[in-house]
Amino acid sequence: MEPGIHKLTAGYALDALDAEERRTYEAHLPDCERCREELASFWSVTEALAVASSGPTPSADLRGRILTAVRAEPQVVIPFEPPRRRRVVPALAAAAAVAAAVAIGLGIWAAHLSSDLDGTRSALSQTKEAARVLADPEARTVALKTGTGRLVVAPDGRAALAVSGLDPAPAGKTYEVWVLAGKNAPVPSGLFRGREGADLVGLAQMVGTGDVVAVTIERAGGVNTPTTAPIVQSRPA
Amino acid sequence: MEALAATVLALPDSRVPWSMRRQHAHLSDEALVALVARGDESALAELYDRVGRVAYGLAFRVLRDERLAEDAVQEGFLAVWRAAAAFRAERAKASTWILTLVHRRAVDLVRREERRRTEPLAEEVAAHAGENETTEEAAWLRFERERVQVALRRLPDVQREAIELAYYGGFSQSELAERLGVPLGTIKSRMFAGLARLRELLDESAPEGSWNPEFTS
Repeated sequence: MEPGIHKLTAGYALDALDAEERRTYEAHLPDCERCREELASFWSVTEALAVASSGPTPSADLRGRILTAVRAEPQVVIPFEPPRRRRVVPALAAAAAVAAAVAIGLGIWAAHLSSDLDGTRSALSQTKEAARVLADPEARTVALKTGTGRLVVAPDGRAALAVSGLDPAPAGKTYEVWVLAGKNAPVPSGLFRGREGADLVGLAQMVGTGDVVAVTIERAGGVNTPTTAPIVQSRPA
Repeated sequence: MEALAATVLALPDSRVPWSMRRQHAHLSDEALVALVARGDESALAELYDRVGRVAYGLAFRVLRDERLAEDAVQEGFLAVWRAAAAFRAERAKASTWILTLVHRRAVDLVRREERRRTEPLAEEVAAHAGENETTEEAAWLRFERERVQVALRRLPDVQREAIELAYYGGFSQSELAERLGVPLGTIKSRMFAGLARLRELLDESAPEGSWNPEFTS
């Protein structure tokens, strides 16, 4: 690790880093609990500085302008209503996928900003992979038998799992995704931490017709064979 | 700091219908962000009513221009709208997060501006202080401003200067090193030591308990 990078925490909290240093620091954050804690405490100081800066009142129509602008903005939510059909009309799926892809990019950006990078860089590529699956107009949706969410599978087998309602994984634990193909042993297919809102996970394994995707809680770092009962399980893809 | 939302919450706003204004009044800032993540515009409006005033004051202090300050606030709240799903309450308070988003927009804007205004602006801002504030809000903001000013005054001059020029002036560390003619490492150390010291001073002067318990969640 670059010596002195911890000292950038103050500059980052004050928005005083150059663009490149900002990126360096954001890349460092996921690996450094100490910096994340320091940053959180420095942000409480900068909030005090913000409150102390109070100046003139914004014009009366700013509120309305913001709300108008918001209405024109694609909302960053991945829809989680229970699926009613196995297949989504491709055009609709494509529109939803574009919205979701936009959401993911911004979500990553915001995660940086809120020092919420517990997923590390592998989560980034995982999320990008998931975005590609969602953006595939030919991708089909598979309902979950257990859990809330859906599995989306592209024709070539790349797959993304979207789940909501999972608590963050307990300390020392992780959620692990499995692909079950016929009688074969479950294949580890990705790890994620669990968020209060929702998780979107690009699978590291291809999903074939009839395969089942499941999620278990395992020790941090993941395991090669599931040791607990699935808490999320898809119908056969 | 918890009192921020609580007090601004009580700010009457005649432009907004009462029903719309109060429907989320009982919710915490963090709960509002969760609603925003689900596309609830009125939750975003409530967040604006609570934090928008301070956010604008901050953006104006950095940008010294009403139009640019409003742009920064608008972009910041749009970012809140877009990214609410990624907000994690265990990492930061919602008000902190929103102010961070607005501040970064303001800094990005001011760095793009040709002429950056560098003169001290205590008088300029002080002239606005107290404008259009309700008694309750004014009292709290006065209290908070005074608390922060006292803490800032107790910092060594070079640390205060580094923090103020960075946070309110939008200067990067390398710009400051050049401007002040000191090594970059010195600027980094001043900022770090200054912010750490300021944190201590603010902790020491934090009011006992909550400023306005009846509104805090």
